[in-house]
Amino acid sequence: MGDILGLVAKRLGLGLVILFIISIIIFFMVELLPGDIAEAVLGQGATEENLKALREQMGLNDPAIIRYLGWLKGAVVFDFGRSIVTQEPVISVIGERFVNTLFLATYAAVIAVPIAITLGVIVALLRNTIFDRVVNVLTLTSISSPEFFLGYILILYFSVKWSMFPAIASLSDGMSFWELLERTFLPALTLVLVVVAHMMRMTRAAIINLLASPYIEMARLKGTPPWKVIVKHALPNAWAPIINVVALNLAYLITGVVLVEVVFVYPGIGQALVDAVSKRDFPVVQACCLIFAATFILLNLAADVGAILTNPRLRHPK
Amino acid sequence: MKHPKNQEMIDRLADAARTGRISRRSFMRHSLAAGMTVSAATGLWTAKAQAEPKRGGTFRLAQHDGNSGDSHDPGLYESNAEILLAHTFRAFLTQIMPDGTLAGDVATEWSASEDASEWTFKLNPKATFHSGGKVTAEDVVASMNFHRGDDSTSTAKALMTGVKDIIAEDEQTVTFKMESGNADLPWLMTDYHLVILPRNEDGTANWQSGDGCGPYRLDTWEPGRLASLTRHEDWHGEGAYFDAVEVIFINDPNARQTALVTGDADATSWLENKTMALLERHPDVDVINVPSAQTVTMPMFCDHEPFTDVDVRNALKLSIKREEMVDTILFGAGSVANDFHHSPAMPYYPDDIEQRTYDPDKAKSLLKKAGKENLSVTLHSADSIATGAVDVAILYAEHAKAAGIDIKVQREPNDGYWSDVWLKKPWCMVAWGARPTPDVMYSLAYKSDAAWNESHWQNEEFNKLLAQAKSELDDSLRAEMYRDMAILAKDDGGTVIPYWMNFVYGKRKNVGTTGEYTNAWQLDGYRACSRWWFES
Repeated sequence: MGDILGLVAKRLGLGLVILFIISIIIFFMVELLPGDIAEAVLGQGATEENLKALREQMGLNDPAIIRYLGWLKGAVVFDFGRSIVTQEPVISVIGERFVNTLFLATYAAVIAVPIAITLGVIVALLRNTIFDRVVNVLTLTSISSPEFFLGYILILYFSVKWSMFPAIASLSDGMSFWELLERTFLPALTLVLVVVAHMMRMTRAAIINLLASPYIEMARLKGTPPWKVIVKHALPNAWAPIINVVALNLAYLITGVVLVEVVFVYPGIGQALVDAVSKRDFPVVQACCLIFAATFILLNLAADVGAILTNPRLRHPK
Repeated sequence: MKHPKNQEMIDRLADAARTGRISRRSFMRHSLAAGMTVSAATGLWTAKAQAEPKRGGTFRLAQHDGNSGDSHDPGLYESNAEILLAHTFRAFLTQIMPDGTLAGDVATEWSASEDASEWTFKLNPKATFHSGGKVTAEDVVASMNFHRGDDSTSTAKALMTGVKDIIAEDEQTVTFKMESGNADLPWLMTDYHLVILPRNEDGTANWQSGDGCGPYRLDTWEPGRLASLTRHEDWHGEGAYFDAVEVIFINDPNARQTALVTGDADATSWLENKTMALLERHPDVDVINVPSAQTVTMPMFCDHEPFTDVDVRNALKLSIKREEMVDTILFGAGSVANDFHHSPAMPYYPDDIEQRTYDPDKAKSLLKKAGKENLSVTLHSADSIATGAVDVAILYAEHAKAAGIDIKVQREPNDGYWSDVWLKKPWCMVAWGARPTPDVMYSLAYKSDAAWNESHWQNEEFNKLLAQAKSELDDSLRAEMYRDMAILAKDDGGTVIPYWMNFVYGKRKNVGTTGEYTNAWQLDGYRACSRWWFES
């Protein structure tokens, strides 16, 4: 176990370095965008004088490097500063939205991961049958369609035609948990459709890959039923790649859902990031990007640790 | 005895009026056609047709253009979401009524000095802030001064430049002292920036608290997400029939439409023109289509080759098929414009000026006269300006080919369009929201020394008339002047104006309205929350 803790610590340290580099990249990328914050805030109504006044107020006359360092100093202690546009603390602008995003991602993951892995095992078992083909075609179709298109199709049938679920996933305070699940069902379902294929195909491929191994042959020869061969013998060795793909998809559920948020009017973090970029709201953009980067780093770390735990050989490197 | 068929029509009309499907104007026209007298029709409109508004219910509104960066700062008001809220929880000195006339909001009456350089507003003694205090003259002074002075960041500063001083005469009287006469000042007071705010101890305006004196009190607001409001029981105006208002900000046009169709929203702002015809067939939805003064303009720099020659400018104005633009780009929800920035939805509209039509031959001969045959010009546009803005430019280029003009359409990035293209490139497309009066519009973008004189147009006579009309209190004289200015702008100016865009928005059938909608903003001048009600 000590090895694992050491590894986690090492990876976390590396993650911090990556975060730091990412923050520099983001800051100067945003800096490169045409126009400046004052112009973006005032829009078409900007005149020379009020631009000057606003720049002064926002401290935009300092060189970029000074502003970056000032920001970094706060970020180290989780103080991301105040939104340039609304003057509210960044944490309060994106905090609740991030929680919403996490909720939707969890909701989708709780449905998608078991379905994907179960389906993957079943199609591996029934490979090259009609069932395998149909499931493959269906999941590949859903992953190949853009999310917003899937969303509109679901809205058309589930809310406009059959009135089963609400089309607008706007949340309000005082909703019960069940209401919440019902309101957010369609966006969650959209996300499920998008991520299932990838995980299922990976499960299927990983298992089928192992089926040619001698030890599987052995199990089969001693008369183990096919489902047991797969679940008991093949699956434990297939976990590592599956976990990797699941982690990647979880990261996607958190960082890549802005289109779903727009279609269903879900108050998640993606929308906040898009708004912030168009308004040149650096502190919010920075904070969002850092959160996204951290999500990727942490989930990758989790995937590695998971892979090691399921594979005794990796636990005791020579 | 009335003819039975006419009686049936009158019943249908009354029904249409009750549910707000018909405006007063068309109601009168059809009623007269059905054989009623004017007084009978008027009586029917007020008594039978227009059912008494009912109080109660929570009005759920889907609003576009909500951003997480929206703020309470009225000087930075820009998005439609902010403007809607400004009209719902804050109040103004004056307001534009559904029939297009000006009425009081916080002010009850106003009067001008002889030369219109001094305006006195009497405040409504019943007006109170949500926090309890009375709206006093001092509050009004503080609110207006917020948009004046050197350190003001307000985008409404330009509106207040002519104001020399604002004085609180007594608790209920405010006087605006102007550098020169401005007969439009009461109209200017409807501008969405000029909300009435409570005053701080030190005489500055307090916009941060979110306190206001409008029909609804703002309970919660999560910018870009939702806002919930409850009725301000002590509101000074008439209306505010809903007990509460819930605004959901939905930027995706499809999602807004879905919300309206599924009943998740009772009304929605800005529906897309292309689905308008389909939505009109929905049994529970009313599509409201109101002519407005919003438009796109294409200003050419009149001091830049080849636009220095008025013949070139007019040749370009002659090379556009306006009707086709209205049909294909706006799907019919608009009307043709005539190259002067004064819409039929504004007061003093001169309706007897000849409409300029597509005439490539005449354009050709004008170009020949100017020695600019085979003219080649570049028109800059971007998608974000207005729906179909790039398509307009491309269509225009096709139309102009017949006149031997080669228009190159250059598509610019949406980002930074207003800072890098507008007022910088010699010919580009510009979106203009509705302005209340021709004076505001002309002073903003056509006056010779205006910061936003987007066509660099210098016309002495036009500027002289503009200054004269500004302080003229006699309406018929003013109308005459605006007519002359329109002709000057049309025949000498450097701006091509293809069309006026209608406001298209929607409501559920069970939402009652007067059937008339102001053309100032969407959703009845963004006052739907206080002007509309639930029928059932």
